[in-house]
Amino acid sequence: MAVHEVNARRLLCPMPVIRTQDAIAGYIPGDEVHVFGTDPGIKQDIPAWCRVNGHSIIGMIDHEDDIEIIIKVGNAS
Amino acid sequence: MTQPRKAVALISGGLDSMLAAKVILDQGIHVEGINFYTGFCVEGHTHAIRKKDKQKPKRNNALWTAEQLGIKLHIIDIVEEYKDILINPKHGYGANLNPCLDCKIFMVNKAQQWARENGFDFIITGEVIGQRPKSQRKETMPVIAEESGANDRLLRPLCAKNLPETLPEREGWVDRSKLYGLSGRSRKPQIAMANEFGLEDFAQPAGGCCFLTDPNYATKLADMWQHQGNKNYELDDIMLLKVGRHVRPNDHFKLIIGREEGENNFMQGYRKQFTHMRVKDYAGPLVLLDGEPDTDDLALAARIIGRFSQGKMADELNVGITRPGEEEFIVTAKPMGPSDIPQEWYV
Repeated sequence: MAVHEVNARRLLCPMPVIRTQDAIAGYIPGDEVHVFGTDPGIKQDIPAWCRVNGHSIIGMIDHEDDIEIIIKVGNAS
Repeated sequence: MTQPRKAVALISGGLDSMLAAKVILDQGIHVEGINFYTGFCVEGHTHAIRKKDKQKPKRNNALWTAEQLGIKLHIIDIVEEYKDILINPKHGYGANLNPCLDCKIFMVNKAQQWARENGFDFIITGEVIGQRPKSQRKETMPVIAEESGANDRLLRPLCAKNLPETLPEREGWVDRSKLYGLSGRSRKPQIAMANEFGLEDFAQPAGGCCFLTDPNYATKLADMWQHQGNKNYELDDIMLLKVGRHVRPNDHFKLIIGREEGENNFMQGYRKQFTHMRVKDYAGPLVLLDGEPDTDDLALAARIIGRFSQGKMADELNVGITRPGEEEFIVTAKPMGPSDIPQEWYV
C-alpha cells in the first residue's frame, strides 16, 4: 500500500474533487490518499465523490490552516 | 448473451439531466455521469467565498444527483478549452454572455470523446425541445448532434419521441416506446416525472448553474474585456468577478471592494498579485485595485474606500496602500460623501 498526498489548498470546489479524482486514477486499490484543502466544501464534496465512485473515507481532520481528508482507494477506480 | 450497453449522461446537477439518466437506467442500460467544470459554475464558489452563505447546507448538485441515481460521476476540468468557446462562439451569445449552443455542442463533443475512449455506446442529455430559448429549440437539436460529432449516438430521452430515431433506438438497445415526448418551457411534466420516480429535493436552477447567464456577472465580464482590450482571461480573473463591489472611476483601473468578511478573506489570497488597500484607523473592507493606477488614482481610491469604512463620517483617515512586492505606504484622505460616487462608476 502506498500513501499519497494531494494538495488542493486555495482551490474552490469542484477543483479539489477534480484534483483528487485525477490523482486517484493513477493509484491502485488499497492506496491511501491524504487530500489537503482550504475550501470547507470539500468536507461534503470529496466524501460524496468517494461514495459514488467506490472509495472510502477513513479520516477527516480540521487543522488550524487547512482540512485533511484521508481516502482509501477502492476497487472501482 | 448480448453485450450490456453503456451510456454516458451529461449531468448538470439540475432535474432534467437527472430524469434523462433515470429513464435510461430503468431500461437496464449501464449509465455513468459526466460533469464539466468551466470555471463559471455558480454554487460552490458562492458558498465558499461568502460568509453569510456558509450557514446553508452545501452540496455539489451533480454529485448529489449521481448519488441519488446510484451512478458514477466523472468531473472534467475544461477551464482552458472553454475559453475559446466563450471568446469565439460560432453561434453567438444568448441574452447575456452565455454561449449556450456552442457550449452544448462542445460538451457533447467532449462526452463523445470520453465515451469512445472508455467503451461507451451512446450519450444522453436532459435536453427538451423549447425548454431554453438559445440552445434547446427544434432547429438546434440536429445542429448539436451534427457539430458535436455525436450524430445518432446522441439520445435525448425526455423529448426523443419528437425527434428522429437514434442509433440506440434503431438497434433496440433502448425501447423508444418508453422514452418521452416533452416540449416547451413548462416544468410541470418534469415535476410529475420526478414525483413518479420518487425523486425529491432536486435542484432547479433557473438559468442553469452558469454565471454567464447572470446579467450582473456578464456586465462585469464585458467591462473587463473592454478595458483590457481583448477577451482573454484566467481562472483568477473570472473568480474575482464573482466577488465584491466593482467600482471603476476611470478607464485604467477599478476597485474590487470586499462586501463582507468572507469576501475579504477570499481576496486576501490575491494581495501578492494586486495593489491592495485598507483603511488603517477604522474597520473597513479589503480593496484590490485592478489595472494600472497612478498616484492621483491612488488618492481617489483612498477617498472611495474611506466611504465604505466605519470612518466614512471622519474628516480624514489613513489608508494603507501596498503595491505587489513593495512595502506598505500611507496616504491620508477625506472619505467621499454618499452622493460623491457617481452611479455609473459601479460596474
